[in-house]
Amino acid sequence: MMEEKKLSDIRAMVKSHERPARTGRKLGEEVFFRSLMNIASVLIVGVMGIILLSIFYKGVSTFSWSMLLEDMGSGFYLNRGGGIKNAIIGSLYLSLSATLLALLVGLACALCMNVYLVRHRRILNAARFLLDLIWGVPSIIYGAFGFSLMVFFGIKTSLLAGIITVTLFILPIMIRAIDEVMKTVPAGLSESVLSMGSTRSELSYKVYLRQCFPGIVTAVLLAFGRAIGDAASVLYVTGESARTPTSLMDNVTTLPVAIYNQINSPHAATQDKAYASAFILTLVILAISLLSRYISKRYQKYRIY
Amino acid sequence: MNISSHRRTRDRVVTVLTYAAMVFVLLLPFALFVGLAVKSDLLFREHSLGDLLFSSVWRPSSGEFGFKPFIVGSVYVTLLAMLISCPICLLSAIHITQYAPTRVAKVVTTAIDILAGIPSVVYGVWGMVGVVPFVGKIAGWCGIQSNGYSILAGGIVLSIMVVPFILNILMEIYRTIPRELTEVSLSLGATRWETIRDVLNRKALPGILAAFGFGFARAFGETMAVLMVVGNVVKIPEGLFDPGYPLPALIANSFGELGSIPEIESALMFAALILLVVVLIFNATLRWLIIKAERY
Repeated sequence: MMEEKKLSDIRAMVKSHERPARTGRKLGEEVFFRSLMNIASVLIVGVMGIILLSIFYKGVSTFSWSMLLEDMGSGFYLNRGGGIKNAIIGSLYLSLSATLLALLVGLACALCMNVYLVRHRRILNAARFLLDLIWGVPSIIYGAFGFSLMVFFGIKTSLLAGIITVTLFILPIMIRAIDEVMKTVPAGLSESVLSMGSTRSELSYKVYLRQCFPGIVTAVLLAFGRAIGDAASVLYVTGESARTPTSLMDNVTTLPVAIYNQINSPHAATQDKAYASAFILTLVILAISLLSRYISKRYQKYRIY
Repeated sequence: MNISSHRRTRDRVVTVLTYAAMVFVLLLPFALFVGLAVKSDLLFREHSLGDLLFSSVWRPSSGEFGFKPFIVGSVYVTLLAMLISCPICLLSAIHITQYAPTRVAKVVTTAIDILAGIPSVVYGVWGMVGVVPFVGKIAGWCGIQSNGYSILAGGIVLSIMVVPFILNILMEIYRTIPRELTEVSLSLGATRWETIRDVLNRKALPGILAAFGFGFARAFGETMAVLMVVGNVVKIPEGLFDPGYPLPALIANSFGELGSIPEIESALMFAALILLVVVLIFNATLRWLIIKAERY
């Protein structure tokens, strides 16, 4: 008991020393900037709240379950009824397959950097430099590139073209996220595994994969969130369709593009559906973000080291 | 070597595939550049680079392609966004890393995570519902005719979108400053604020500038949300309440309608190329500066 009191006394003393000198200008300056900082943080949280509230408010009042169950049908943007089932399914197809493809390539790339190239500092730095460069490339450029790629290979606008474009777009995001996690794997782990006689590929796909599993899941969900929310990259490679896609060569309308088209419609009822669709998309994104927090916490315990 | 042949072949195959993936990814930036450059070649047969960049006449139907209004529009909207969001991000980053109790810091970082996740289109919808009428009202008070679709509206929406991006980099920078610097400064009798102002900020300055630069590059290429609120009129904006037409919006808006005419398609690819080059130059320079700064 005695001890504890002493400790709190000391804390109080330290705290009082940390306080600013209580003389005119010095104090005034600190108080001024501290209140500015508080305002800045409150502003950020407040704006987040306002955005979510207004999307939810507008969305809940215009939402109906039938929207989830009906295809658009012809004349959707001309206020002839219909839902957004095909857009939701199309978006899911598109982003799930793009995420899977990007995971296959991205995982290999991140492993290559962290397991195979780890001793070649120069090559590794150059590779990370290039990756950082494309990490910042905006999605509309992938859209334009995907379009010219499509023309080059003679593919028509389709789900397939969309998948390829979105894969390229989320690849740098995925690799960077996985790479960040793999960098933290202690060198001792790989040294001991190698010294036990395992090959580098076994080290990669048996040890690294398991050790970094939570991080990889987070990276996948991050990339998936980007893929499902992005409109600019798929605007002109997937074409438009009012029906649920049944094959890779079908045209497909994605949810973000549907929202964009709906809100630009002259009919108020169709614009209302845009609010509801934006609400659905936001819910999906929030769910993904929650899920990724939960999973990365839950699987932390299965790591090796 | 005492490895079974089965394991050895499997190792070889996996290794080759792994390297192939790496090479594929590393070729991507070059592929992007070459792909867009080849496509915009058609435009260069009849126009010089200077003409394209500095002429403000945009009449695609009669073969006149001046990109100046779009470039200027992009720069204005992006600068506006940076003017709004940079000070806020800097203040908030110092607040979160230096002053705020853990719980408050957690609330703010969660808010940032949510902001980072919201898709561009949703920002656009919110901009059309919330920001545009608001800007229209302000214009009315100032006695200017405007329906609210303006570079100011674009700048406001964009400034919110880049906050998580800039703030995350800034927080990382403040967190990696060695603790000893703070301790030494405090023990010499400086107040908390003096420590931040004269020690931490000075140490963090190159990082702060780099964060702003990355933010600029990021904002420069943002498409959908800006496209939805900025008005899209081909004209060099003269005031905050004038509509503008940034480069990404041009690409997104006219692909569908004009994609069939080769010269216009080529012009759009050139627009994408300008964007790509600007973003790449920004990112490359800043990375290089950071590497330099780390070394010394």
